[in-house]
Amino acid sequence: MSTISEAEVQKVAHLARLAIPADKTASYVSKLSNILDLVAQLTAVNTTGVAPMAHPLDAVQRLREDVVTETNQREAYQAVAPEVEDGLYLVPKVIE
Amino acid sequence: MEWETVIGLEIHAQLATNSKIFSGSSTAYGAEPNTQASLVDLGMPGVLPVLNKKAVEMAIRFGLAINATITPRSVFARKNYFYPDLPKGYQISQFELPVVAQGYLDIELDDGSSKRIGVTRAHLEEDAGKSLHEDFHGKTGIDLNRAGTPLLEIVSEPDLRSAKEAVAYMKKMHALVRYLGVCDGNMQEGSFRCDANVSVRKPGQPFGTRAEIKNLNSFRFIERAIHYEVERQIELLESGGKVIQETRLYDPDQGETRSMRSKEDANDYRYFPDPDLLPVEITATEIEAIRATLPELPTAKKQRFMQTYHLGSYEADALTSSSELGDYFERVAQGTQDAKLAANWLMGGLAALLNKHELEISAAPVAAETLTQLLNRIKDQTLSSTAAKDVLEALWQGEGSVDAIIEAKGLKQISDTSAIEAMLDEIIANNPSQVAEYRSGKDKLFAFFVGQAMRASKGKANPSTVNDILKQKLEG
Amino acid sequence: MSQESISSLSLKELHTGIHTGQFSVMEATDAYLDRIERLDGELNSFITVLRAQAQQQAQVIDQKIRQGELQGPLAGIPYALKDLFCTEGILTTCGSKMLANFVSPYDAHVTSQLKAAGGVLLGKNNMDEFAMGSSNENSAYGVVRNPWNTDCVPGGSSGGGAAAIAARLAPMVLGTDTGGSIRQPGSFCGVTGIKPTYGRISRYGMIAFASSLDQCGPMAVSAEDCAITLNVIAGFDERDSTSAQATVPDYTTTLNDSIHGLRIGLPKEFFAAGLDSQVATVIERAVKEFEQLGAVVKEVSLPNAHLAVPVYYVVAPAEASSNLSRFDGVRFGHRCEDPQDLTDLYKRSRWEGFGEEVKRRIMVGTYALSAGYYDAYYLKAQQVRRLIKQDFVDAFKEVDVIMGPSAPTTAFKIGEKADDPVAMYLADIYTIPTSLAGLPGMTFPIGFAADGLPVGMQLIGNYFQEARMLNIAHQYQLNSDWHLKLPARFA
Repeated sequence: MSTISEAEVQKVAHLARLAIPADKTASYVSKLSNILDLVAQLTAVNTTGVAPMAHPLDAVQRLREDVVTETNQREAYQAVAPEVEDGLYLVPKVIE
Repeated sequence: MEWETVIGLEIHAQLATNSKIFSGSSTAYGAEPNTQASLVDLGMPGVLPVLNKKAVEMAIRFGLAINATITPRSVFARKNYFYPDLPKGYQISQFELPVVAQGYLDIELDDGSSKRIGVTRAHLEEDAGKSLHEDFHGKTGIDLNRAGTPLLEIVSEPDLRSAKEAVAYMKKMHALVRYLGVCDGNMQEGSFRCDANVSVRKPGQPFGTRAEIKNLNSFRFIERAIHYEVERQIELLESGGKVIQETRLYDPDQGETRSMRSKEDANDYRYFPDPDLLPVEITATEIEAIRATLPELPTAKKQRFMQTYHLGSYEADALTSSSELGDYFERVAQGTQDAKLAANWLMGGLAALLNKHELEISAAPVAAETLTQLLNRIKDQTLSSTAAKDVLEALWQGEGSVDAIIEAKGLKQISDTSAIEAMLDEIIANNPSQVAEYRSGKDKLFAFFVGQAMRASKGKANPSTVNDILKQKLEG
Repeated sequence: MSQESISSLSLKELHTGIHTGQFSVMEATDAYLDRIERLDGELNSFITVLRAQAQQQAQVIDQKIRQGELQGPLAGIPYALKDLFCTEGILTTCGSKMLANFVSPYDAHVTSQLKAAGGVLLGKNNMDEFAMGSSNENSAYGVVRNPWNTDCVPGGSSGGGAAAIAARLAPMVLGTDTGGSIRQPGSFCGVTGIKPTYGRISRYGMIAFASSLDQCGPMAVSAEDCAITLNVIAGFDERDSTSAQATVPDYTTTLNDSIHGLRIGLPKEFFAAGLDSQVATVIERAVKEFEQLGAVVKEVSLPNAHLAVPVYYVVAPAEASSNLSRFDGVRFGHRCEDPQDLTDLYKRSRWEGFGEEVKRRIMVGTYALSAGYYDAYYLKAQQVRRLIKQDFVDAFKEVDVIMGPSAPTTAFKIGEKADDPVAMYLADIYTIPTSLAGLPGMTFPIGFAADGLPVGMQLIGNYFQEARMLNIAHQYQLNSDWHLKLPARFA
């Protein structure tokens, strides 16, 4: 574990859709490596047979009745949108 | 050695719930863009998902129908990727612990044998929105009405060996989900669609590299896309090339599949359990309660129809394609005590009208009881089959009851022997030369006399009575 | 009554003053608004001050109170919210440039609860961006200063709220705590705050940082004020799947219960290397005071507690990396100028909209979840998380509550740790174990270190034992006045 390469930083940045400029990569490498060093302590812990804990409480999912409760609020919700037209959110052309 | 095709299908069936899987928005199709996109569907900051009970029940219902294991504790996970029709930047799906695990479906092959297709899993997830590529000044428009519609993704084993088998499996699944009432099966609206994983290999060899063809939404496209893809892969391999694992899109206009560049990014979905949702627990009691509401399934019903009503395989298949049609058939068959007649009319006259008006049997304006009355009028010789078709049309138009229409249109069949005798006497008297020819051995002329009789009676003469009496008179 | 006297009142006294006609809701509101105007220029504890709206709300509530339509304990009480609680029609920035123009189209669950109770919203508190930080230096809206020493940080991420309480710019605020974001700033600023059991308060409308850890809680001058507030905001909400259905007691009725015989556990790991000796001295004195009040003190062990920080810095960034994917410049929030294509839109909007620490955590989380690393990081962290929880379960077999420092040091200087994320992360060393376990934790002031800065005692209860915790802190506060101390410059 621990050290992370510049290439890995750029790969992860792409997965996370962050435009890390080339001149900042080195700084990310060093700070992320420090954090990964901190985290590396976990490797040594014996967790054989320990069930992973995803939630603090051992509760189960509650289910909602299948009822329509929402009404059209498009205008209010799109008031905060960067770009809309004819009720659609606009983004740069998506090529499939 | 020949190439062998290997296909696995991932079917996406939209569940027929009223509201979305994690929000109270309507799932109705065709609304104005983004008018059915709530805060939750839009992935607004701070909102949280709550699972729709009906979606879970429908998934269990489906699982029981394919003899699958229902996972007692299933988990929702996040599948992380960026796409404009995916508002949260992740899709809530199931990964390690799907609600439905390992089941199967038997399909019928052309030679009449049946083949068992394994279903690896079926999991619940949310549908994405839609990207509209019409020109908005060179931009793409995003409609999130569909975002959050519950989907059941049904993943088959790579057990299918031809496009034909794939289509047979898809059709069988299509009938099944509609039967169960868990999906409306509307393929044009995208309620039922599939991705096909296609590869080829030499028999006995390990699986070849597969290509995934996305978003096939008609049986015809599935067949054509697989055919094209199989040919493409074989050509590639035989010319020394290699198939690469990729996502491809079928273009129905060109009849070909092509690589989807936008999805070329090395996918790393970073699945992890969704911390906003807790494990879904399903008890044995709940499973049994759902099992108790399962309808008789198509395969069992088909067997019963063949035995009880002496139907052929083809007819039994057609009449069990939906549970409503099966019920309708049974009511008519029992009301007329004539299953053959009922089957003929359901698959003939009534089916034609339903097709013409693009209606499901449940929406037919002629109830089973009404069709029963009509068919009983054929059986008691009040109506000829031809006249009955006219009555059916009139019933469809809502022109009144069976008897009122017969009366109003004067379609009552003449079965009175003396009236028919008198009519036939007159015909024989008016056509001496034909009588002579017939009697000298020209048997074919019998039809001429029948035709004359039908014309004279305006089609109302009972054909079998006419036949009997005519025969006597001409022979005599 | 003078404005200065109003701002020194407890929630109960404010309520009495308003409901007996000594002063109006408007006067109480103005008292706080004026203090904010006068004093917050230096502190920067508010991102948004809602003077006009608050006064308008005060007027309406005054009328409702006169007509007898409103009388609950929070009717007419001014308060502030951390700027990650959605407030309909009001800017909700989450401390980020990403949401610099986000006027929320809806109210968070707690926002509606406080609205319905007749509270008057004074404004939205500054915070570390997306609640990621322990110093409030990670806000796109500037650092917050600690009223006890304005060269120091107030702690974070609910640093704005903690500073506001310390300077009496509001009598009560709501913060959130993911790894210590109520308790650590509460300790640094000398205020009382409680992070209830995970699930006790609905997270609906609270902009998520790490969903399996985030929990809302009140901060105020006293445990009693926290209890009064908790009564209004705790409870089941059907819009949050993780909302607990356990019944909510009246947290005020048990405040005066005796703590005689109370078994207090002191985890030896919380008193080992890393704890500032000045802080240790204050803690030890307070422990003795509890013994004098009849409590029995016992050492307990949380053998895996030292792993809490590493676990947290896998789990929280992993969840955050996913939670923050929705900020993509499409439906709300910052969008970059002239995106070349879709990827450019995403990458630049997010690069520009998020601050350094947020981006760092998104990177760590994305890395920890990515193919090949999931098992080593995320899965492993989840397993160790269970070990940490089990430590507490075992400890609570022997004691009723656990006590220890809320933070290893008093407030540090602004800029001191700004360039060393790992050093910063260790500021939450004592609060994170509780968060991972989902247990309730609180902080209350127990005195000052030699540097003149406040020290907070952390009190950890068993699941859903908030009433007992508030009772214990209240009993301490009946016998001390640390919580009533006010920084001289803000008196």
